[in-house]
Amino acid sequence: MKRIMTCIECPQGCRLEIETDGSRVAGVTGQKCPRGAKYARQEIESPMRTLTTSVLTRGLELKMLPVRTSRPIPKGSIFEAMEAVKRIVVTSPVKAGAVVAPNFLGLGADLVACRSIAKL
Amino acid sequence: METRDLIIVGGGPAGMAAALAARAAGVGDVLLLERDQHLGGILNQCIHPGFGLHHFKAELTGPEYADRFVELVKGDPGIEVRLRSFAVKLTKDRELSFLRPGALEEVKARAVILATGCRERTREMILIPGSRPAGVYPAGLAQKMVNIEGWIPGREAVIIGSGDIGLIMARRMALEGVKVKAVVEIQKTSRGLVRNVVQCLEDFGIPLYFQHRVAAIRGRDRVESVDVVRVDDGLKDIPGSGFKITCDTALISVGLIPENELLEMAGAEIDRRTNTPVAAEVNLTSIPGVFACGNACKVYDLVDWVTRDSGVAGRMAAEYLAGGKAV
Repeated sequence: MKRIMTCIECPQGCRLEIETDGSRVAGVTGQKCPRGAKYARQEIESPMRTLTTSVLTRGLELKMLPVRTSRPIPKGSIFEAMEAVKRIVVTSPVKAGAVVAPNFLGLGADLVACRSIAKL
Repeated sequence: METRDLIIVGGGPAGMAAALAARAAGVGDVLLLERDQHLGGILNQCIHPGFGLHHFKAELTGPEYADRFVELVKGDPGIEVRLRSFAVKLTKDRELSFLRPGALEEVKARAVILATGCRERTREMILIPGSRPAGVYPAGLAQKMVNIEGWIPGREAVIIGSGDIGLIMARRMALEGVKVKAVVEIQKTSRGLVRNVVQCLEDFGIPLYFQHRVAAIRGRDRVESVDVVRVDDGLKDIPGSGFKITCDTALISVGLIPENELLEMAGAEIDRRTNTPVAAEVNLTSIPGVFACGNACKVYDLVDWVTRDSGVAGRMAAEYLAGGKAV
């Protein structure tokens, strides 16, 4: 079975042609870099996404702190993760890259701050 | 009037890259003006990933990309950063006035780089008829509300135009629990990056209507619905194709328009169609010693190229200053 997919590893958006039996990838063409084939395999076999969102703060210079998962998490866990993010409030200053929630939801990825934030 | 070597207006990615490049090329004295309370410009509200793949060979979010430059700018004793400083006037002799809390300051520059970015095109600019209820926002403004101010503009949204900001906001609102009912695009293809169509819409099952337009926005106090109609290849409405989508929010994502009022005040030649400076090459303006870079010069789709080209602007300004052509 042939599937057409757009690689979203970077903004170039290569058009990938993937030979697959439904759950496993046999071959990929159309990618401009090696990330394309890796992406196609991942996307067919177990799709992952990096979650970026923001969490509430209290007593800090900004109302919201932008955060991201340190590595991609399963696509199917995104909304569960959003629910958990809503329960987090950051109350002390952090540096960019600081871990806000370690091993978030047991998914093997940390929730990390995307910028530094100081006291009010 | 105080005289400075180089004044840069705008502390976003363009202004910061220009400042750092000018310093590296030997400019001793840089004044960087930023109207917000933080450096970083629009990157601060672009919390999604996808920045820096070319420049840093790493996938960063907007704030992370900005942070790398903010650290360098703050660490450079030759760059004076003035926050909450809003440039209001520029003359052809490079005399610049700016407002800061409590004062209007005037300063003369040997060279100026304008890195003032863009504004969003609005509902008025695409002439959508209908009533004028609350709930109609430019997509970038909605992005600021959600990501910086921490509030959600509505519960059911329709996005007008498929520019990158609109696509990214479709996903952002969907993540926050808003029902994004449609993205409506008058053209046959999206104006945004392919990857944004894929990961912002397909992942969340948000329908994208190509060759459709919003013919009216309805509602008394608050948006209640939008009328959508299919158009033909000549962008004319196809009779009988109209339908209604109920929603309480409409986000407008129909492109950006460079913010070049300062340049215009100084008497430089501006292309009326694109609102960009008219000049022989990128980063130049028709006034010697006044440069423009980043989205104020032309609308970019990747910040990596803003960084690259703005660095060139910084070096051009340095060369101009070293050439002794100043004042």
